[in-house]
Amino acid sequence: MSDTHPRPAVAKPISRSTPRAAASTARMGTDARQMRWIKIVVFCAALYPFARLIVFGLTQQLGANPIEFITFSTGTWTLVMLCITLAITPVRKLTGVNQLLRLRRMLGLFAFFYGTLHFITYIWFDQWFDLHSIFHDVVRRPFITVGFGAFVLMAALAVTSPRAMVRKLGGKRWQLLHRAIYLIGILSILHFWWMKAGKHNLAQPKLYATIVAVLLAIRVVYAVAARFKRPA
Amino acid sequence: MATEKNRFLRGDDIPRSEITPRDVFENRRRLIQFAGAAGAGALFGNATQARAQSVSVSPDPKAQKLSARPNPAFRVPDTVTPYQDITTYNNYYEFGTDKSDPAHHAGTLQTRPWVVSVEGECQNPKNYAIDDLLKLVPLEERVYRMRCVEGWSMVIPWIGYPLAEIIKRAAPTASAKYVQFITLDDPKQMPGLSEPIINWPYSEGLRMDEAMNPLTLLTVGLYGQVLPNQNGAPVRVVVPWKYGFKSGKSIVKIRFVDKQPPTAWNTYAPQEYGFYSNVNPQVDHPRCSQATERRIGEGGYFTPKRPTLMFNGYGDQVASMYQGMDLRKFF
Repeated sequence: MSDTHPRPAVAKPISRSTPRAAASTARMGTDARQMRWIKIVVFCAALYPFARLIVFGLTQQLGANPIEFITFSTGTWTLVMLCITLAITPVRKLTGVNQLLRLRRMLGLFAFFYGTLHFITYIWFDQWFDLHSIFHDVVRRPFITVGFGAFVLMAALAVTSPRAMVRKLGGKRWQLLHRAIYLIGILSILHFWWMKAGKHNLAQPKLYATIVAVLLAIRVVYAVAARFKRPA
Repeated sequence: MATEKNRFLRGDDIPRSEITPRDVFENRRRLIQFAGAAGAGALFGNATQARAQSVSVSPDPKAQKLSARPNPAFRVPDTVTPYQDITTYNNYYEFGTDKSDPAHHAGTLQTRPWVVSVEGECQNPKNYAIDDLLKLVPLEERVYRMRCVEGWSMVIPWIGYPLAEIIKRAAPTASAKYVQFITLDDPKQMPGLSEPIINWPYSEGLRMDEAMNPLTLLTVGLYGQVLPNQNGAPVRVVVPWKYGFKSGKSIVKIRFVDKQPPTAWNTYAPQEYGFYSNVNPQVDHPRCSQATERRIGEGGYFTPKRPTLMFNGYGDQVASMYQGMDLRKFF
């Protein structure tokens, strides 16, 4: 395409603009610099919700109940980051863009980042470090129980995310542990659903449940297809 | 500081016109507290100041004024919640499920003409045109606490008169045991009705003695103005010792009935929302503790929630109505 258009001599040859081209394995080795830029852009984009909260906080745009706003916002973005992380593998398989895999850990850690903000907002601003009350909540209220469970699992995955931990655990065990993300996705949906069910306000939980269900279903389809292929 | 503190504690005799300056003062005090909060004071200090200034900008200059005699006997000493917060943050599912939805979408509500039908088990059923209802009894201003079942609260200067005035005129018969309140149910004016979230129309109810309690207010205004649409214009009830959803908005029917009437949230989830729904810090909602509440507009980001009071602090006026009742069972 670009050959047909005269380009100024100073223009860098960054014509690998389509993801498919960028993904071709032949170029993988030479694309380290490009990958670094992609990572920086994704990192900044993933920080946007946090920056937005800070700006809203400084300019009084968090509404009448700022703590509730922060709780809902960080919870929603945890779920969004989880969905994006869960989407990496299906999108990679459907498009063949293998480089996406190199963004997965960062996106997963961002899910944990927003989950941590969500958790801190709860124990600090909502519960004011009242351990008795927090314990009571975690034990007695199913939506908090599953949310807490999802957070603990996410913490386990975050701690074992460095490459050194993969080596330490061994690839097989590491992979098994990190399949917990499927459970985290399901628990997060339950957490959101049960919280909203009290006021019968389920439009958003239904949307996220559909997204997670589709992302998990694609994996099942691939797994079943792989099993059928093997004997052939 | 000492004189300002005294002014704050002066109690019930503060005239209407003093409310806003008191808020500004309160905010200033919050700012001082806030500046002391660890490190973050420097980060958020300016924002808190901005908020303190914006409080005095309200109420809405376009809204119709409503003159009412302040009734010091029904005035809690708490700081009044800013008008901005009262009118932009509330639940009114007929206009959407977000708490900012009512303020955005209630513009379509037509409050004139408006007729309230007083009907059912009574000797004098009557249709009241809203303007007659407004003139029936001299209006008074009362400052009540409002506690939402979701765990937040406000302090609101309402305008109205006791619901008992209407009930007396209707002369309910001996079989009238409950009063039911029905909210307008017009999809053309209320976009939220297209979602079958609860059984429309919104229905609420009180036992007859609760409805006759001097605290139960037939409400037509707030902050010296007619009720904004999003807060339940043109007429609603306010039952301050119960969770907010018991106080039905935009009422078209007041009906005397012999049996406990179906009520919106109790019908949707009877295990979560009881018919009585008295504010009670000892009885948890399945989804959240009711022991504490977030007072809207109070303090900064680092202000802890405050403890919730039994009957929302109205025990002296209402506890006797529930003597001998197990409030865990009749929640």
